[in-house]
Amino acid sequence: MTKIKLAEKTIELIKSVCTQFGNKESELINVLHQIQSKLGYLPAEVQEVIAAELNMSVAKVYGVVTFYSFFTMLPQGEHPISICMGTACYVRGGEKVLHEFKRHLGIEVGQTTADGKFSLSCLRCVGACGLAPVVLVGEKVYGRVSPQQVSKIIAEYQEGCVNVQTA
Amino acid sequence: MEKITLNIDHKNIEVPRGTTILEAAAQVGIDIPTLCHMKLHDMNIENKPGGCRVCVVEVKGRRNLAPACCTEVAPGMEISTHSMRAVNARRTILELILSDHPADCLVCAKSGNCELQDMAHQMGIREIHYQGAQTHYREDTSPAIIREMDKCIRCKRCETMCNEVQTVGVLSTINRGFEAVVSPAFEMNLDHSVCTYCGQCVAVCPTGALTEVDETGAVIRALSDPSKTVIVQTAPAVRAALGEEFELEAGTLVTGKMVSALRRLGFDYVFDTDFAADLTIMEEGTELLSRLGKYLAGDKEVKMPILTSCCPAWVKFFEHQFPELKDIPSTARSPQQMFGAIAKTYFADKIGVKREDLVVVSIMPCVAKKYESSRDEFAANGNPDVDYALTTRELASLINLSNIDFKSLPEEDFDQPLGESTGAGVIFGTTGGVIEAAVRTAYEIQTGKTLPRLDFHELRGMEGLRKATIDFDGTPINIGIAHGLGNARKLLEEIKAGKSEFHAIEIMSCPGGCIGGGGQPYHHGDVEILKKRQKAIYSEDKNKTLRKSHENPHIKKLYEEFLGAPMSEKAHHLLHTGYFDRS
Ligand code: SF4
Ligand code: SF4
Ligand code: SF4
Ligand code: FES
Repeated sequence: MTKIKLAEKTIELIKSVCTQFGNKESELINVLHQIQSKLGYLPAEVQEVIAAELNMSVAKVYGVVTFYSFFTMLPQGEHPISICMGTACYVRGGEKVLHEFKRHLGIEVGQTTADGKFSLSCLRCVGACGLAPVVLVGEKVYGRVSPQQVSKIIAEYQEGCVNVQTA
Repeated sequence: MEKITLNIDHKNIEVPRGTTILEAAAQVGIDIPTLCHMKLHDMNIENKPGGCRVCVVEVKGRRNLAPACCTEVAPGMEISTHSMRAVNARRTILELILSDHPADCLVCAKSGNCELQDMAHQMGIREIHYQGAQTHYREDTSPAIIREMDKCIRCKRCETMCNEVQTVGVLSTINRGFEAVVSPAFEMNLDHSVCTYCGQCVAVCPTGALTEVDETGAVIRALSDPSKTVIVQTAPAVRAALGEEFELEAGTLVTGKMVSALRRLGFDYVFDTDFAADLTIMEEGTELLSRLGKYLAGDKEVKMPILTSCCPAWVKFFEHQFPELKDIPSTARSPQQMFGAIAKTYFADKIGVKREDLVVVSIMPCVAKKYESSRDEFAANGNPDVDYALTTRELASLINLSNIDFKSLPEEDFDQPLGESTGAGVIFGTTGGVIEAAVRTAYEIQTGKTLPRLDFHELRGMEGLRKATIDFDGTPINIGIAHGLGNARKLLEEIKAGKSEFHAIEIMSCPGGCIGGGGQPYHHGDVEILKKRQKAIYSEDKNKTLRKSHENPHIKKLYEEFLGAPMSEKAHHLLHTGYFDRS
């Protein structure tokens, strides 16, 4: 097993979240949710501390982290890009949009660009099917995205570029 | 308890509320096929994820078929277990499972013992009508266990063993949907995980997804190399189970036939791990008495209780999970390793063979023994004390491939000097046996008196946790026994909290002890089989003329000619070991 090498402060944070949920195994999902919202991601070392605090095996924690696509083990880019793969978005070309993002950024789903600017993930339905296919960059929603628009969207967030409006 | 009346395949039956259709059917002798379901009655463990769906039956008035293993009976139910609709659905389900399964049966380690293969055969599957994506997952090889997740049907039985019975917590289902796989945390390989190699997951896996590392090929090569002297040792629990691989009734002792089979396979000397078990008792018993003596004399430094150390999975368990207790277990090596160390020194000298030309093979009920023999500390100049550790199952396959008709073999005796053993050595194979053997010797050395009785029934049994107090001629000695690592954990927590009342504790990782080892013939969860093996072990003990380790004449000779005394410097070097913090 990897030895835990987290900052004292991070360990304290994890412990306090666990205590807040009574150190109960049944609260694992809530604990993970809270900690990811604070740290941005859930690396192995963090899962190990959580497992110890909730008195469960780290394999089970990892099992839950990998079951829900919401949880991530990789640090998010400065601008996390999520492409909806719900049925409506998929049918209306979500996959082609995803492919363009991969091509432009040179990364796979779940990865972050070397400069730490962008990360790529897929989402299940975000409930905006009328706008399919939908792309989220940070909190911002882009609707009816076509593969051709992908480079423009990325450019919006590149340094020195002015905002380009999309439909 | 409230009773419910229902009808299964035109038979009326009354069962308590809460009974599943599967259980109710079994009561009237109806077999419903199952794959993922597993029930270990005596341990109160049930695995019923309801995932495979091959157990579906037709319930009158219901639109959908019901999975028998996880559907409770209701009053007045009319169930048809083998209606054509149910059979047809089952076949479809099985075909779907098989559509994502490599058709590797010809070369699969589990072939002939595979529940999936048996079921395909039983249901007459001749063609798979569905074609879909196939799971591809890397093969994970460790010193003892191979994971081939392509062959996993996600029944979760292994998870239940690893998490609920053993509380080791290595395995969990990870990812979702088609990507789902049973894996250690972070998809690390088993040999980087906290796996103890107890093999209990292997013992219950219905398919070839989890198997032991097969070393029969290496042993065949050694046996066919004329420049090598190849010797073999057989662990106590093997003789009580090997017969099952040859259609003999569970609990049939096959010691003599096993010896003659090994001779026919070409081993130059057929020896007994029981001899080394007697040696273990000399060392461990002496260590126990020395610690106990100090403790009773008021020495505050001495660590109590002393724990047995002959189970490698248990050793790895505390090294990972209770490293702060690593000074408590006896430093005595396991019988397998004591045998190897003596064979490659004392015995090699005796027959004038160089260490490198002597190959030591062991036949073990155990998967973890493969790992144990590979530990660095059990080798001299890179040459291991034990070269290959085969499971009982691997021995059976060697016997089969050599066309030996096991059942008609004559009974033969072990070779000397490393084949002589007492009844105390034999009972090492069952839970409670190691500590009983230790008591027989420690009592006589401590008190200088002859034991008034040899059968300590208070130490025997199948309950997961047992305790007894043995009167050492006025001094009460508290003894604890645990089998299954979940039970062991309870005793360790007590020790950690300083609340343990025990002087000595025996721990074996496998439920039942080595008779239920991960390398034994598959018992498919039937604990009755373990009880029969246990009975066989005690009957072999009873039939021995000598039943106390310190009375073994060849052990006495070994000390006279070679080791000096128990815990001597030489004994320390060859027969003791140390433990590591692996947390
Ligand atoms: S060998 Fe034992 S500890 Fe290792 S994964 Fe299997 S059940 Fe768990
Ligand atoms: S590895 Fe074997 S026991 Fe474990 S889930 Fe897969 S098929 Fe079942
Ligand atoms: S109890 Fe016996 S068979 Fe099981 S792991 Fe320990 S030594 Fe091996
Ligand atoms: S045996 Fe019933 S669902 Fe698998």
